[in-house]
Amino acid sequence: MLKRFRYHIAVFFSVIGPGFITAMVDNDAGGIYTYSQAGAKFGYLPLWTLLPITILLIVTQEMCARMGAVTGKGLSDLIREEFGLRVTFLMMAALLLTNLTNIMANFAGIASSLELFHVSRYISVPLGAVAVWLLVVKGTYRSVEKVFLFASALYVSYVIAGILVKPNWAEAAIYSVRPVMMFDTAYITIVIGLVGTSIAPWMQFYLQAAVVEKGVTAKEYVESRIEVIVGCIAMAVIAFFIIVACAGSIWTVSPRDIKDAADAALGLRPFGDYAYLLFCAGLFNASLFAACILPLSTAYTVCEGLGFESGLNQRFREAPVFYWLYTLLVAVGAGVVLLPQFPLVRMILFSQVINGVLLPFVLIFMVLLVNRKGLMGEWVNPRTYNVVAWIAVVVLVGLTLALGAITLRDILAR
Amino acid sequence: MAENLLYLTELVGLKVYDLKRHRIGRVKDAALVPLIDSARVDRFLVGGGWAWLTVRHDQVRSISLDGIYLRDELLTPYHSDEYMLRLVRDLLDQQIIDVSGRKVVRVTDVTFEIRKDEDRDVLFVSEVDVGMRSIFRRIVQGLLPRRVVRKLQRPIPPNSIRWEFCNIVEADPQRRLRLNITHRMLEEMHPADLADIVEELSPEDREAIFTAIDSEVAAEALSEVDPKMQASILESLGTEKAADIVEEMSPNQAADVLAELEQETSEEILEEMEPEEKTEVRELLEFEEDTAGGLMNTEYVALHENATVSDALEALKGNEELLETLNTLFLIDGEERLVGVVPLARLFIASGPARLKELATDTPIQVSVDEKQDRVTELFDKYNLLALPVIGEEGKLAGVITADDIITVLRQK
Repeated sequence: MLKRFRYHIAVFFSVIGPGFITAMVDNDAGGIYTYSQAGAKFGYLPLWTLLPITILLIVTQEMCARMGAVTGKGLSDLIREEFGLRVTFLMMAALLLTNLTNIMANFAGIASSLELFHVSRYISVPLGAVAVWLLVVKGTYRSVEKVFLFASALYVSYVIAGILVKPNWAEAAIYSVRPVMMFDTAYITIVIGLVGTSIAPWMQFYLQAAVVEKGVTAKEYVESRIEVIVGCIAMAVIAFFIIVACAGSIWTVSPRDIKDAADAALGLRPFGDYAYLLFCAGLFNASLFAACILPLSTAYTVCEGLGFESGLNQRFREAPVFYWLYTLLVAVGAGVVLLPQFPLVRMILFSQVINGVLLPFVLIFMVLLVNRKGLMGEWVNPRTYNVVAWIAVVVLVGLTLALGAITLRDILAR
Repeated sequence: MAENLLYLTELVGLKVYDLKRHRIGRVKDAALVPLIDSARVDRFLVGGGWAWLTVRHDQVRSISLDGIYLRDELLTPYHSDEYMLRLVRDLLDQQIIDVSGRKVVRVTDVTFEIRKDEDRDVLFVSEVDVGMRSIFRRIVQGLLPRRVVRKLQRPIPPNSIRWEFCNIVEADPQRRLRLNITHRMLEEMHPADLADIVEELSPEDREAIFTAIDSEVAAEALSEVDPKMQASILESLGTEKAADIVEEMSPNQAADVLAELEQETSEEILEEMEPEEKTEVRELLEFEEDTAGGLMNTEYVALHENATVSDALEALKGNEELLETLNTLFLIDGEERLVGVVPLARLFIASGPARLKELATDTPIQVSVDEKQDRVTELFDKYNLLALPVIGEEGKLAGVITADDIITVLRQK
């Protein structure tokens, strides 16, 4: 009995990684901005959204992890095999564009977080880009993954920052479970924004590919599922503390809109230098982390889908398209941010809109694929799960479309 | 040259005309019947109206970009046939193994050659296309006229694999037989290359290959696969096949693989094995993984200390399967205790009646079974060893660690 238990623990640690990393990268520069904005403007009120968000996230992520473990193939592979090259090509082109804007948003995050430490973006961004590039191209996969897992631990800085500003815990607890809906455009926007920023197209591709790369099989899937769920919950906990940190500081003083995530960090300053520093450090870490994973995941997904050699186990000459694409994504993503007068915040907003446009398609393909008996065998969605999955798809599609419309209006209005 | 080529993307959607040059429908798919001919397109599946029709290859008069003209109109409705390899359904967008390039590729398109057989045209699959040119063709085909697409694609370098070097992976064993898919080409590859290929496939395809190929080849390839994947492959195979493969592996590799499995599964596999191999592997399983005992192999050649060079040659003849990697002989006394080590090459310059003892190295380096792995690698480095004898209880020779075991250990760090 004990031996079996020990075996399961051992398997759990051997499958840890994909789900956790995906969930952590989810709290990237765009995510932190949205959570900060929610806390700064509406205090503890939007906290209730985190619970349904976590459930939606678990439902979508679980399906991807399951497909990866059962079929041993990435999501782009499956789309190619089941829906043909033309659909795949369109999907990959859209994903490339979407992820490029996400990469820009995260290099923008690197720039603005380090500018708080008086480091010019003309130093921080090129250095960041070179570091990201070297880490992946010159390091082996194992060491890369260890670096990423270690980076996940740095997110604790948000938890500490949240505690340091001494928020009103009683209120935070109440509003975590009491849904508050107001027919106020700004409030609805932020609620939709919270959902939209938490579930992005790239995550589905990344998670499934990572599960496959890790060699998780259907047999070990139970442990992998636990890991995915733990990751999603950890992501929600961090989001909670970011909102609480901003609610406890900026909102308590005077509710207002923040310009960007770095602006939120400044708002924490009166509550102690440590809270401020930790918030900045957290933003920098999150941006760098996402700037590492996103180009890699994009190059991987696109090459897999179109049938080019890919993977970190290959050398540059064996997988030229893969490495060139990766290099280009890093170079363009970082380069654009250095353009004079580049609108950093607008980039972050824009990346969220375009995420939202692509997400419905990805989700629909996912639910269709996960229900194919030929692929999944006994692992297809059970009927009740399917109902939940389709509801999740409809809710997400509706919300992201609404978010897209609202953000687009904002961008045009500026 | 270009005139007798046709791509699958062009074939699909091509109009089919009957004897009176009336249009019957368009080509939907084409099928090979590998049992009859592994390259000739045997049937064209034509969609017109409600049902699909089957056109046999001998019913076709001519094939060109302008369409397919028939010479016989007695067409039968299409019904699914397990003997057919349908190119659009079973090949396009699927993964195949490029045996000459030793990698897994995804099929983007297929190139046919149109050959004249007396007064009619026959299609033969000549190449499978991967890479940019075929991707371009796939995406724009149907949006632009076929001839324009051909012109536009010219600047893009082609990337194709000859059909003879393609190995299709089919997971269903029944269908594999019916389609006459063998893995003979895979069996002839270097086991390390085969292992790399297998690592890229999905678990289902991996299982299919390991079930179909010869156990000896499977064992060699499996030894080269990533340890974690070894376990999942063995688990997916039936116990009997798994036992066959494990038997063919060297005892220490077999023990390593079995140690990765859940105890129940490894017991089941052990039970299926021949008694002799079973005992050897079981003994090795007793040792901790990171000790000399866990690293060592029990396949070695040991002779009595009084043996001569001719005795040694005789012993080698009895152990031919070890020769490929053997580089050292061990001398033992009546109690199986190690007394000397003889580098194999010294036998060549000695005469038949010479005593092996005279050829032995001065001081044999040895370790005990519970020596730590780090210490063992240190010894290999310090004394430039190729093989290191491992001593068990009462000073008896228990096994040998070879340099390739050490390389594996160092690579895993």
